[in-house]
Amino acid sequence: MKLEIKNVSCGYGSKVVLSGVSMEVNSGEILSLLGPNGVGKTTLFKTMLGFLKLIDGEILLDGQDVRSWSRKKLAGAIGYVPQAHTPPFPFSVIDVVLMGRVAHLGALSSPSGKDVKIADESLDSLGISYLRDRIYTEISGGERQMVLIARALTQKPDILVMDEPTSNLDFGNQIKVLKQVNRLAERGLGIVMTTHFPNHAFQCPGKVVLLQRNNRFVYGEADEVVTENHLRAAYGIDVVIKDIMLPGGNAVRSCVPLIN
Amino acid sequence: MEYVKKGVIESSDVLLKPDSYRSSSRKKASILTVLAAVLIAVICISVTVGRYSVPLSEMMHILWGKLFGATPAWSLSVETVLLHVRIPRIIKALLVGGALAVSGAAYQGLFKNPMVSPDILGVSSGAGFGASLAILFSFGTIGIQLAAFGFGLGAVILTFFISAIIGRGKSSILVLVLTGMVISTLFASFTSMTKYLADTENKLPDITYWLMGSLARSTSLKDIIILLVPVLVGSIPLFLIRWKLNVLSFGEEEAQALGINTTSLRLLVIGCATLLTASAISVSGMVGWIGLIIPHAARLIAGPNYKMLLPTSILIGSAFLLLVDDIARSAFAVEIPLSILTSLIGAPFFLYLLLQGRKAWI
Repeated sequence: MKLEIKNVSCGYGSKVVLSGVSMEVNSGEILSLLGPNGVGKTTLFKTMLGFLKLIDGEILLDGQDVRSWSRKKLAGAIGYVPQAHTPPFPFSVIDVVLMGRVAHLGALSSPSGKDVKIADESLDSLGISYLRDRIYTEISGGERQMVLIARALTQKPDILVMDEPTSNLDFGNQIKVLKQVNRLAERGLGIVMTTHFPNHAFQCPGKVVLLQRNNRFVYGEADEVVTENHLRAAYGIDVVIKDIMLPGGNAVRSCVPLIN
Repeated sequence: MEYVKKGVIESSDVLLKPDSYRSSSRKKASILTVLAAVLIAVICISVTVGRYSVPLSEMMHILWGKLFGATPAWSLSVETVLLHVRIPRIIKALLVGGALAVSGAAYQGLFKNPMVSPDILGVSSGAGFGASLAILFSFGTIGIQLAAFGFGLGAVILTFFISAIIGRGKSSILVLVLTGMVISTLFASFTSMTKYLADTENKLPDITYWLMGSLARSTSLKDIIILLVPVLVGSIPLFLIRWKLNVLSFGEEEAQALGINTTSLRLLVIGCATLLTASAISVSGMVGWIGLIIPHAARLIAGPNYKMLLPTSILIGSAFLLLVDDIARSAFAVEIPLSILTSLIGAPFFLYLLLQGRKAWI
């Protein structure tokens, strides 16, 4: 499946935040959305998911305009992984993951054994089956993020849209989540994720959109977009980007911000 | 790291899965069975207690005789008490308690907040004003009931439309709640105004007594049917979509992304819950606390999943109000208003929940 954003203008009501944005992501690809606070990442994101009305342009899934799609149909194609948060009620993890089945159930039905099996498979595939009967509000932030990914997988979408999947996570959990992002892309999901860390674009290789102030943006492969000049223009700070040789002979590209 | 360590036991967990699923559904069934048994026990107690104490055996005898047309070998006054006063009143208590508990549970999910009670959008203060006005104009029992019902619904509709105007078509939960507070305050002051105008000999006590809640008023069969229809119309749709209330409690955007048309589902939930509350209040007057604490008690027993929470809330809500009404009508020579008792029992219970310190359940 292919998600295309064509010449999109988005914003709140009639107030345009971003305009003329174009990008695309195919099954098995990762698209990272980078940019400073307040530049319109979230706005673009919410428009992509249909939370905000499109002001101009088109959002296409395999060439079809999604504007006329019902919530249910859209949810069958695009899964959303929000930032880990605490809901008001202490649901069990399996109950949370099962909510991913809504899009596939009739108006008055609730999950059956078959749905429970799909939810269990999602937990299994992320290696978090041990969380199944725990209380969602009592597990750690990293675990909650994984459960939300499992819920989105249970939805069986083709594209996964992730809102800062590593925010509020510790160093180790960030990498664990990114590892899963890469694995999911290998399994054929198209992934769109926002992040505050340019390094994530190197660790989850694919295309990058770097939003800069005043409605400018750079779009392309990670190596072309995440450069010292572009980052300086976007964030107003100096950075150094270097390849670090690993003992095995491979190199990993990394971005280091300079304070002085 | 926590993650890694736990990963080791993962495989054995996988093997346990089908069993744990089956045992949890057995547990759910047994919770409902126990609660239903408790409810039946409370009903049996309720039939016997009161100013006329009627032994359970005599009640069975009369019911049996009535059903199969036996010649009355019992006192007619006892029959009248049972069939025309006590049993209708019991049915009313069951319906009102269940309705308030269900609408409270539904509202708590909709507003993503366990501190919400069913009157948050103004239904009780609207109903209170409707009833006060009807008493002021000397309407009969049915008139008071209809006025309370109509004004209760009207207050919520007003809240809904004003919040839609404020939110320019896109009514957010926050705007809805704030508008509800304004409408509630307005109707509460209208009620005060009618009380101020009412004659202090007859009407003022009537209004005050109505506002404190009671099931003693009319106990005719017609009354019960007037209550039964809106309670069924309100609770059946809620019951059918109850699993989706779980998803709604995760917030509007997440629910949408999971494939729910939140606008229409929210309208349905508000409509049904309002119908339930308005019809309950219109026969019972103001009965506080039930819509707030019964869902908490149900969550404590059955967990937060609405699949179980709604039936559990109905059973506990019905049993609770019936028990409270038993106390109201038999503890003293005069009837005690219901809202006094529900608060007297509800407030300490709520404190107990807080003291338990189980943040997760509250």
